[in-house]
Amino acid sequence: MIINNFRLYLSAALLGLSAVAWQSCSSPAEQAGGLPYLGERQLVQREVNGQQVTDTVYHRIPDFAFINQDSQVVTSLTVQDKVYVTDFFFTTCPTICPKMKSQMLRIYEAFEDDPRVMLLSHTIDPKHDTVAVLRDYADRLQVNSDKWQFVTGEKDSIYSIALQYMVSAMEDEEEPGGFVHSGAFVLVDQNRHVRGIYDGTDPAQVDRLLRDIPTLLPKKKKKDAGKN
Amino acid sequence: MLVKTKFLLYTASIVALLTLTRCFYSDKQNEGEQLYTQYCANCHMDDGSGLRNLIPPLAGADYLENHRDDLACIIQHGQTGNIVVNGKNYNQGMPGFEHLDAGQITNILNYVQTNFGNNNPRYSIQEVEKQLFKCRHLLEH
Ligand code: HEC
Repeated sequence: MIINNFRLYLSAALLGLSAVAWQSCSSPAEQAGGLPYLGERQLVQREVNGQQVTDTVYHRIPDFAFINQDSQVVTSLTVQDKVYVTDFFFTTCPTICPKMKSQMLRIYEAFEDDPRVMLLSHTIDPKHDTVAVLRDYADRLQVNSDKWQFVTGEKDSIYSIALQYMVSAMEDEEEPGGFVHSGAFVLVDQNRHVRGIYDGTDPAQVDRLLRDIPTLLPKKKKKDAGKN
Repeated sequence: MLVKTKFLLYTASIVALLTLTRCFYSDKQNEGEQLYTQYCANCHMDDGSGLRNLIPPLAGADYLENHRDDLACIIQHGQTGNIVVNGKNYNQGMPGFEHLDAGQITNILNYVQTNFGNNNPRYSIQEVEKQLFKCRHLLEH
């Protein structure tokens, strides 16, 4: 439901913004401005030189701490200054997860050599998906933990951070595998603002995500262009 | 301009959907493909390629020939434990599909055995029923 609304919002916004982006892509200030800021926003009044100004404060992912497949702690610092794509899954998921993972692999491969981009997959079944289970899963996917973190933690912290990413995740015995969850991929920018939500089981939406990620990355300076 | 594009997009997708559903349901021969898409493609992928070392492939899998007589039971009851497909180990666990009947399983198996580049003999429903008889004790109800 929520996702659907966002998708609508997103596609409408994207259509509108693409026209704007067309003209402004040469200016570096607009470079990061192509994608909308998703989530609730607050207007904050402050005084500058005796004048009242209103700032818009965008929804921001709060600090977090989880454990990854190498038993390392992964926190908000791990993703500091990075663009990251995040999702919620569980290793024994009988439904959409393998498809999500095969699509996530496309992102992994596209940005494998770009340290400015990371992937963060949360298990929503921490009871089963221990560090050892996540380790095995990542090994079988043949991915590197610097680039793609699989994390587990307290169930409540995982479910509450899912809400912050605007993704549904909860236990439900009626559902196949015992959990309700969405196949969403959430695109988060360097300041932990949510900039896009995509259906991770739909290759066409993942195509769009692959095009959207670079718009959030700072343009490389001429002299660095040869590196990386 | 915006409204027009959106309207066009929606119309186009509705037309596409209608066309798709029409050809899905009008052709009974495609039951195997339909069921595969519904129950198996999430894991084994639309093209049967599987997922790295997590989910074994069906495309070009030697397992389909070597274990031909076990396949109906694997679909009905799932599979756990280590297996080797094309020389690689897999150990992830596949859920069973107890609600599928012998006819549906036959259609799925025939789809798998003759697509994704596979060219193996088809099953008769009698053959599948015989296989399922061997593992009927696993049925929960
Ligand atoms: C939740 C993911 C999942 C779903 C859904 C699934 N499978 Fe599997 N399948 C697996 C895994 C994992 C294995 C390996 C099992 C093991 O390690 O013991 C497997 C093994 C197999 C095998 C034997 C190995 C091979 O690759 O030839 C066949 C055949 C097979 N599945 C067919 C199907 C069919 C047909 C369906 C749909 C009715 C299906 N599977 C649905 C995950 C899945």
